[in-house]
Amino acid sequence: MEDTAVLSEIESGQERIDLIRKDFPILDQSVRGHTLAYLDNAATTQKPRVVIEAIKRYYEKDNSNVHRGIHELSNRATAAYENARVRAASFINAGSSKEIIFTRGTTEGINLVASSWGRKNLKSGDVILLSEMEHHSNMVPWQLLAEATGADICYIPVTGREGLLDLSGLDDLLSERVRILSLIHISNSLGTINPVTEICRKAKEKGIVTLVDAAQTVGHQPLDVQEIQCDFLAFSGHKMCGPTGIGVLYGREQLLEAMPPYQGGGEMISNVEYHQSRWNEIPHKFEAGTPNMAGAVGLYTAMDYLDKLGRDWIDEADRELADYAVNRLKELPELEILGPPTGRAGIVSFLIKNVHAHDIVTLTDRCGIALRGGHHCNQPLMRKLGVESTARASFSFYNTTQEIDRLVEALKEIQKFFNQ
Amino acid sequence: MFDDIDDLYQQVILDHNKSPRNFRVIEDADYVAKGHNPLCGDEVEVYLKMDGDRIEDLSFQGSGCAISKASASLMTTLVKGKSVEEAKQLFAEFREMATTGNIPDGGLGKLEALAGVYQFPARVKCAVLAWHAMAERLNGSEESISTES
Repeated sequence: MEDTAVLSEIESGQERIDLIRKDFPILDQSVRGHTLAYLDNAATTQKPRVVIEAIKRYYEKDNSNVHRGIHELSNRATAAYENARVRAASFINAGSSKEIIFTRGTTEGINLVASSWGRKNLKSGDVILLSEMEHHSNMVPWQLLAEATGADICYIPVTGREGLLDLSGLDDLLSERVRILSLIHISNSLGTINPVTEICRKAKEKGIVTLVDAAQTVGHQPLDVQEIQCDFLAFSGHKMCGPTGIGVLYGREQLLEAMPPYQGGGEMISNVEYHQSRWNEIPHKFEAGTPNMAGAVGLYTAMDYLDKLGRDWIDEADRELADYAVNRLKELPELEILGPPTGRAGIVSFLIKNVHAHDIVTLTDRCGIALRGGHHCNQPLMRKLGVESTARASFSFYNTTQEIDRLVEALKEIQKFFNQ
Repeated sequence: MFDDIDDLYQQVILDHNKSPRNFRVIEDADYVAKGHNPLCGDEVEVYLKMDGDRIEDLSFQGSGCAISKASASLMTTLVKGKSVEEAKQLFAEFREMATTGNIPDGGLGKLEALAGVYQFPARVKCAVLAWHAMAERLNGSEESISTES
């Protein structure tokens, strides 16, 4: 971590951000003649130099296949991979590293639970409970499961464009038929922070298994699975300054032990015969094939990096950026902000009257500002809110209020341009 | 700030975006062609009223960005009165221009306002959505057209 700014000695917020930005090589570039303002962090975050270097170092010094290797490099690779598992367990306060399964990302984590736990435990007439603000990745795997088992899917409603969960009917929704509740923690399109701890505890009291989609949480807030008391929790490395292609599924040990494998292949077996096999112990039972070792190394480094900055500080910085953005965007006439008026995460979706989101994003790109426009993998939610698509600015701790000022100025020009 | 973006948002585009032509339903349409762009969730419906082999009237409805709306609007003004074969030919030339920037020898009139779209790969689908829907329907397909297909 010697490459990282020594932050504790820095007093000024601006100086601190300037130093942090130096950790991210990609931010130091011009796009279309302007300094890049990367405001698409909910899609993927940028990577600090330490993460890039760790991956490079792994490939230059330690690369080998993990487990069962006798030689020195294999020992190093195995140690690096398994150390990342231990690090991930501590990062989310899991009880044991056996409860950490490496996946390709949040989507694969949810698919693993739907496929393995779901097909074993669900039958016709059972209910899968989701919310109306789920990302497609926490909807479609359950639709596949419902089709295979005859289970039904029910939804916790969303109140409207302020984007809160309507929990008034929760007790009724958590009926005896519900077997699993799978819920997004922070909405990727609305920025809503859902009270997952409260909801998971209610579900747990009724014996309902719970899964939390923490894709938008993990790079932005402290996360404690024992506090939430969820049974499963999934996240992706690339949304927390780590590499793509690596993610984590946390599962409570007792549940993982009882679940059948997800995929078959090497690593996940303890003994193979021509007509039958015995499974490896958890978590290896769920990791068929050569895993993403370099990804795990990068993820380890990303976790260290975030903890060095301090996840409480990151949380505060993101919320301050979101509040600043909301207040500045309110200056624009005929601009509507979706999501909760207060207490949102660093995600701000908005609509401008008579200007389509794709036109907004094409034009902000001309100013070197990276936004996202579209349905954000939330098609059912968008239809429910009567919105075709939104423009979205999403922040990370390396963003600045000056970047938000640039966004506001660009949006003012865009309004002028389309109203000429 | 946006003085240099005439290659995408030309005045013709802004005009047709603001005041789309033939933006209405044809109640007694012979065909209704549907197009869908999953990238942004935009949907368009193209209404066709035929007189034998000739497109007597056409119109469109739906939501979309300036590029897709202007392109659909221009299409309705240019295709009206044409035969099916002529309409398909025009679509072929338009699609060629939208994807490569190549304008046919005879020119494409007002459609040339969309010649710059090829430089914006993410926006080509917006430009051809309504055209694609119309052409597929004229080819006899009753499927809703998705730009991802």
